[in-house]
Amino acid sequence: MTLNWKTGGLALGLVFFLAVLLVKPIGVSTQFVILDSIVWNAVDSEVITKTADGYTSSNAYLAKSNGKYAKNAANPLNYSFLFVVAMVIGAAGSSFLRGGVAKTDRSVPELWRANFGDSPVRRYIATFIAGFVVLYGARLAGGCTSGHMMSGMMQTSLSGYIFALGAFGAAIPTAMILFKRG
Amino acid sequence: MTLILALVIGAAFGAVLDRIGATNPDLIGKMLNLTNLNLAKTILLAIGIGSMLMFGGQMLGLVDVAHMSVKSAYVGVFVGGALLGVGWAVSGYCPGTGIAAAAAGRKDALFFIAGGLLGAAAYMATYTSVKATGLMEKIGGGKVTLGTVPGAKYDGLTAVSGDILGVILGIVIILVAYSLPENMRGKTVIVAAE
Repeated sequence: MTLNWKTGGLALGLVFFLAVLLVKPIGVSTQFVILDSIVWNAVDSEVITKTADGYTSSNAYLAKSNGKYAKNAANPLNYSFLFVVAMVIGAAGSSFLRGGVAKTDRSVPELWRANFGDSPVRRYIATFIAGFVVLYGARLAGGCTSGHMMSGMMQTSLSGYIFALGAFGAAIPTAMILFKRG
Repeated sequence: MTLILALVIGAAFGAVLDRIGATNPDLIGKMLNLTNLNLAKTILLAIGIGSMLMFGGQMLGLVDVAHMSVKSAYVGVFVGGALLGVGWAVSGYCPGTGIAAAAAGRKDALFFIAGGLLGAAAYMATYTSVKATGLMEKIGGGKVTLGTVPGAKYDGLTAVSGDILGVILGIVIILVAYSLPENMRGKTVIVAAE
């Protein structure tokens, strides 16, 4: 079911190459900010404002780099946001074609179950907190596994290597402590 | 046109993430506890192939150097990377694979996304104070590549030709992918009987 690493690596490498050949390197985590901002701006239209030469925001993060994020949140039909929407469709399609995720693994994956039991609530709380930490970290770092590590190392960016060092340096000990069984 | 490309490349990315097992937290966990490195080999091979094709294409004039997008290097990249690493290990999801996993039908990934949206909002709210700390201190000049890429708007950390270095590093990363053992701990961790 899972592609062998040679086939899978070739396919993933080609996708990363096509992205940079045709448009720009792949990245995902910024779109969490964009989705937040779309919702925030829908609730409070003062958040993002149009200026003579673009967009700005009352939020310093959205206003940075000449309102780059403010602009994308005001115009959700942009490349990077649509990319993530399409990613959802692609993953859902692939999962459907291979028969989906086993019912027993949908809420609590096997490795987690072997170490922490089968309570979905415990798993949901853990992934919620983990999600918070992951996205806070990704925004502090200015990118995530796809943007910093894969796209970054592919382009020989210094930042990509620093990110990979920080991410694996923390992730490996954490996983070795947490997942002793399975 | 770029919107069509977003749909095509995005869908391909989502499908491939699913097919290589990156949407499966079991495989992420087993990669990170070093008992099954298949996914690490997949990712390394992909980075190496991408690098060789991109820099090789640039040398032949087939790939537009202006498409490169190099992110800045600063202290927060390491700190943020480490934070991400902890959450990645706990959940088995990173931002891209979390979204793809939810799409593939995993319910716990929906909670990951919800937490992520809150985490991203928390960063927006605290950005001004984060900026006031030393976390934004640049490392090695910020937006730099390891070598100097001809025609790129980014400086090189060294004067070495960046495209040749990129191809060489691509080959090195592919060799690492091939030489990495599938299981680094030399034992299969036994699942206790229920």
